Amino acid sequence: MHRILALTIVVAGFGLPAMAEIAPEDVPWSEDGSVAESLTGTPGNPDEGKVIMTTNALGNCVACHAIEAMPDVPFQGDIAPQLDGAGDRWTEAQLRGIVIDAKRTFPESFMPGMYKVGPFIRPGVAYTAKPPEKPEDIKPILSAQQVEDVVAYLMTLSE
Amino acid sequence: MKLQHTMTAVTVLAATLALIATGPRAEPAQDDQLVINGEEEVPTQAPAPAHLDGALGDTIYSGWLFRDPDTRAMQKDDFDNPMFLFVDAGIETWNTPDGTEGKSCADCHNAIEDSMKGVRAALPKVTEKGELWSLENFVNDCRTNRMGAEAWGWNSQEMKNMTAAIGLQSRGMPVAVAIDGEAAPFWEKGKEMYYTRYGQLEMSCANCHEDNYGNYIRSDHLSQGQINGFPLYRLKDQGAVSTHQRFVGCVRDTRGVPFEAGSQEFRELELYVASRGLGLPVETPAVRH
Ligand code: HEC
Ligand code: HEC
Ligand code: HEC
Repeated sequence: MHRILALTIVVAGFGLPAMAEIAPEDVPWSEDGSVAESLTGTPGNPDEGKVIMTTNALGNCVACHAIEAMPDVPFQGDIAPQLDGAGDRWTEAQLRGIVIDAKRTFPESFMPGMYKVGPFIRPGVAYTAKPPEKPEDIKPILSAQQVEDVVAYLMTLSE
Repeated sequence: MKLQHTMTAVTVLAATLALIATGPRAEPAQDDQLVINGEEEVPTQAPAPAHLDGALGDTIYSGWLFRDPDTRAMQKDDFDNPMFLFVDAGIETWNTPDGTEGKSCADCHNAIEDSMKGVRAALPKVTEKGELWSLENFVNDCRTNRMGAEAWGWNSQEMKNMTAAIGLQSRGMPVAVAIDGEAAPFWEKGKEMYYTRYGQLEMSCANCHEDNYGNYIRSDHLSQGQINGFPLYRLKDQGAVSTHQRFVGCVRDTRGVPFEAGSQEFRELELYVASRGLGLPVETPAVRH
């Protein structure tokens, strides 16, 4: 609500059209699975990123990853590497690529693509177990701006 | 002041939970044994079947070992095990005539303890007509073709009562499904499904139950996904859950579209998953949360 208000003011104030978002199909991949360009042109908000990463219905990164920098989040998973220090190990472009579709960086990875709409085998509409009526019914797990927010938070994870 | 108190309490609680959640893991419980009613010991692990080729290491484990002590305790005593309400209902139905022929199961099969001993441990299996049938298919075949009664829904309460009552007669007997001969083509298809990455999350059964058993996905302690305890009582659902119902849930959780309970696909998957538990004693009716 706050954000929408702020955005409206900015747009109204400067009369600039919001930059077009990059759609999941149009992500400009590098060979190595990184994505240099921001998906939205709007800098990510690390505080939002943190919320997204710990919310079941959103990124739910803590289902698999432990993050010591979030000691207040209970029941962190132990399936994947701890994310502390990710900002040192990877560049922003690499992290963006990992969050969008980790399989471009780690082939066969268990990590789901967060900004990906296919091709999938028997995809359902979210957790309804229902097939999509039209292709647009399969929405990426995170929005373009949510990806940027998560990347911004990951960049703060340095040791 | 009061608010601050509450806040502190919440923080402490959260910290404690975090501690529990990050404590030593990757273990099926090693210090507990499934002894039912204080007398009947049911082993909860077995040497891994050869066809797995080491995919699960040397040992296969019952899902019972991955549950918390309270849930494990409920399965140790048939009076505490909520499934026994359903078993009793199933046995009552066994003895009750139904359908146009006016026959009960007992009229043909006599005592369930004798005629159904070991049946569940060997299912699904290929019939004379070359079809792969689960226990539910056999039950409905007798109802429709031999009793003149209506088929029960795959996940209906009546069906779960009966499969629990029949399954109990195999408790303690090792899973012994055939996977060669006529069963082989079905088994192969089931195996392929097991390693197929379904849904928007692109996850296969193996991703969770082979690569990651013993690990935690959020607060869920992943087991090997064995089916030796089905149908079982799920505390979360406060009711009985069939094997195929569990498959439906696991595929749905990949943001995928599951196959129907009772479908050809899920019977093939059932055969394959059963074969990953070859040698593991039947635990029907188990308790999970
Ligand atoms: C279902 C489990 C799962 C979920 C959910 C998940 N990841 Fe991962 N992630 C993995 C695995 C497994 C790896 C290790 C790479 C591989 O596949 O070999 C990984 C690797 C990574 C890496 C690189 C590891 C490093 O060196 O630090 C980052 C960064 C990462 N994930 C971020 C995220 C973020 C952010 C989210 C949430 C938006 C997320 N992951 C959600 C499973 C998961
Ligand atoms: C009219 C007699 C009759 C009635 C009534 C009957 N059955 Fe059967 N049932 C059979 C026969 C015959 C077979 C096949 C036996 C065989 O092929 O070995 C069979 C097979 C089965 C099997 C498969 C056994 C195996 O070894 O694979 C199950 C399970 C079964 N019946 C359950 C039931 C149940 C439950 C009921 C009651 C709802 C029932 N039956 C009622 C005659 C009957
Ligand atoms: C995202 C991870 C995930 C995937 C993928 C998954 N499951 Fe599960 N499954 C779970 C969780 C969590 C549970 C509950 C805890 C446990 O027993 O592992 C569970 C439980 C089960 C159980 C019950 C085991 C018991 O002893 O109570 C069976 C059987 C099962 N899964 C089969 C499957 C099959 C077959 C597939 C593939 C179609 C599958 N699962 C895919 C996460 C998964």
